[in-house]
Amino acid sequence: MYPNDFRYTKEHEWIKAEGDEALVGITDFAQHQLGDIIYVELPAVGKELAARQSIGVVESVKSVSDVYAPVPGTVTAVNEALAQTADLLNKDPHGQGWIVRIKIKDKKDLDGLISAGDYEKFLEGLEH
Amino acid sequence: MRKTRFNELHKKLGGKMIEFVGWEMPIEYSGIIPEHMAVRTKAGLFDVSHMGEVLVTGKDALAYVQWLTPNDASKLAPGQVQYTALMTPESTFVDDMLVYCIGPEEYFLVVNAANDDKDFAWIAGHTQGFEVKVEHQSDAYSQLALQGPLAEKILQPLTDIDLVVMKSFHWAKGRVAGKAALVSRTGYTGEDGFEIYTMDPDPGVIWTTLIETGRPLGLQPIGLGARDTLRLESKLMLYGNDISDKTTVLEADLKWIVKLQKGDFLGKPVIEKQLAEGLTRKLVGFEMAEPGIARPHYPVFFKGQRVGEVASGTFSPLLKKAIGLVYLPIEGTAVGTEFEIEIRGKRTKARVIPTPFYKRAKK
Repeated sequence: MYPNDFRYTKEHEWIKAEGDEALVGITDFAQHQLGDIIYVELPAVGKELAARQSIGVVESVKSVSDVYAPVPGTVTAVNEALAQTADLLNKDPHGQGWIVRIKIKDKKDLDGLISAGDYEKFLEGLEH
Repeated sequence: MRKTRFNELHKKLGGKMIEFVGWEMPIEYSGIIPEHMAVRTKAGLFDVSHMGEVLVTGKDALAYVQWLTPNDASKLAPGQVQYTALMTPESTFVDDMLVYCIGPEEYFLVVNAANDDKDFAWIAGHTQGFEVKVEHQSDAYSQLALQGPLAEKILQPLTDIDLVVMKSFHWAKGRVAGKAALVSRTGYTGEDGFEIYTMDPDPGVIWTTLIETGRPLGLQPIGLGARDTLRLESKLMLYGNDISDKTTVLEADLKWIVKLQKGDFLGKPVIEKQLAEGLTRKLVGFEMAEPGIARPHYPVFFKGQRVGEVASGTFSPLLKKAIGLVYLPIEGTAVGTEFEIEIRGKRTKARVIPTPFYKRAKK
């Protein structure tokens, strides 16, 4: 379910490093919790992100949730497809439902995030 | 947290449970959008047992209901239902409610869960001068709502009540899935459908039988999430959002429930004054003219001035756009008028549109 080459946060974001850059999205658990996602507010390309700074907002019919930067960086691209098809976050949260691409400030920051195995254990803890 | 008699059944069906005004209720099962569309196209079953019930009996029952409400309860024959309000002397809302005429000396009032205790205190506190008895029956009742174009088809085989002859805003007593019940052709979705009241202490079989009978036809259990989107598309009021003790019945655009000819009633002098002087603001429907979804309490600006906040606002699953209700200054209430709603710090364009946002096609 949760790709091994991603890192995760306890706030249910994922990050997939590709060289100096990385894709960021929300996890399958997060999209289940939110329900049908209908709107995603995206940041401007070039925006500098501090750790835990909001990169955007995900809205379902009922809820409004911030998505945070897992690590500091600069936005290099946003997933324009979400403007028309926000439900990609529901259908393919770890793939086509990516939200932003960032240039990572310091790759060492990724070490502070949790692995797929630890994230799954963390989710199990939430369900009890 | 209080639980309805169907609580375990919701959990068994995978209902996502939340706290709502002290009750543990399902917010959704399969998801707000599929549930919403099931009610618009097939049928949906709601547990609304958290609603409040008050029985008014006695020689002066009609005169008393007339005094507390703006609509004309004298027009009701036994077997009929009316939408009305519990009004303050300022013509604002203690609550909105349904009045069931059981007989000339017996009226059954159905009020909002959030206001149940407040309403009963209000009702019981205004009996002076009337020969009436008021009974708070909320704990004894369970209530289900079966809504959608297939509601009659699903319910008819399970009841001895002839639903074909039951008109909108009428009720009858009989049995549903073997349990004694009162069934009315009413609801909070804008669709055809029924509300089923029972005092049976073990009413689970009504729920399970309706689910089993309806499932093959497309019926789904519906949570509070879709209940809100369905009622908003049909511009049915939500107490606390659209109406409150701060909004008058005329400001809420509910003049159709005000019958001045019927005699004196609480709030009437203020209504007459507002009619004579004109309103300064009114509740209107809007859609977003720019991307974004307006939510309750978001700040609202008209001609650059802050004029209030969003009353109700959501994404309409049927119309696939952001809609809502807002009180605007009277000069801004014409259809087509543009104004702004602040969404996360950004003033975003919205425009007044006709309501209801959705109206079902008549058969």
